[in-house]
Amino acid sequence: MSVDIEFLKSSPYFSGLDIAELEAIRQLVFERTAQRDEFILDEGEPGEVLYFVVSGAVKEFKTSAEGKEQILRIIRPGESFNDVPVFDGGPNVASATAMGPVVLYGISKTDIGIILHDHPQVAANAVKVLAERVRHFASLVEDLSFRNVLSRVAKLLLEYAENGTGSERPRLTQQDMAAMIGTAREMVGRSLKALEEKGAIRMDRHRIVLTDKEALRETAGELL
Amino acid sequence: MTQMPEIIRELCNGCGLCITVCSCKGLVLIDNVATIMETVECDYCTQCEAVCPTGAIRCPYEIVVE
Repeated sequence: MSVDIEFLKSSPYFSGLDIAELEAIRQLVFERTAQRDEFILDEGEPGEVLYFVVSGAVKEFKTSAEGKEQILRIIRPGESFNDVPVFDGGPNVASATAMGPVVLYGISKTDIGIILHDHPQVAANAVKVLAERVRHFASLVEDLSFRNVLSRVAKLLLEYAENGTGSERPRLTQQDMAAMIGTAREMVGRSLKALEEKGAIRMDRHRIVLTDKEALRETAGELL
Repeated sequence: MTQMPEIIRELCNGCGLCITVCSCKGLVLIDNVATIMETVECDYCTQCEAVCPTGAIRCPYEIVVE
């Protein structure tokens, strides 16, 4: 399958380039596919390729020593990943897996060097992309370090469990909960897992069952 | 009846991303709108909600006390 020039044209990396330039860049782009749960990148390995998601979705995450996963980003069509190691020459900062069948375009680190040299506009575009990345991670750092998301999720669950009955009972998505406590959806997912590991709740398909309200109150402690 | 994710049809842009991440074939595109196919295979992983770029898929939880 040939690389779609319209896709390149719509990428923030190649914004403002003319057709001749896009055509030259297309020669350096290769296609890769991956199946559900397939690793595309391993954290710590040399970062050799800048990827763009053409179709499907990719999960970028870090894993703690205890095996806990922290999702950094979900990468959708049109977006890129693995930018940082390709530009700084360091290892992959995170792992990435396919969330379903995916089609990717890749450009090797060496070829990125050639593109930046031959098309300075791409360097200016890359600054914008990386600046967006910094903004995203700054927000995630704020969530991870300064705010006690776990406490706020515990407090929210306690409040809602006591709020209404039967069909009147409010139903909340992870996105709703994230919006209500001012955090990212990924942080809510992680908090629910942590509360389940503590034995405070049980995730029963579409129900969150509060199994130990005392433990929840303790977790929510500083906010109550 | 199996509780399935919910679709807000008006918000769906027909990108099909939810279908690519669904491992139980619980979603299809009909008239370019994501549509739920009820299946007991759905384990409510909420991946469809996580990838949806427009917020058209909701996986709500009831919050109950044991």
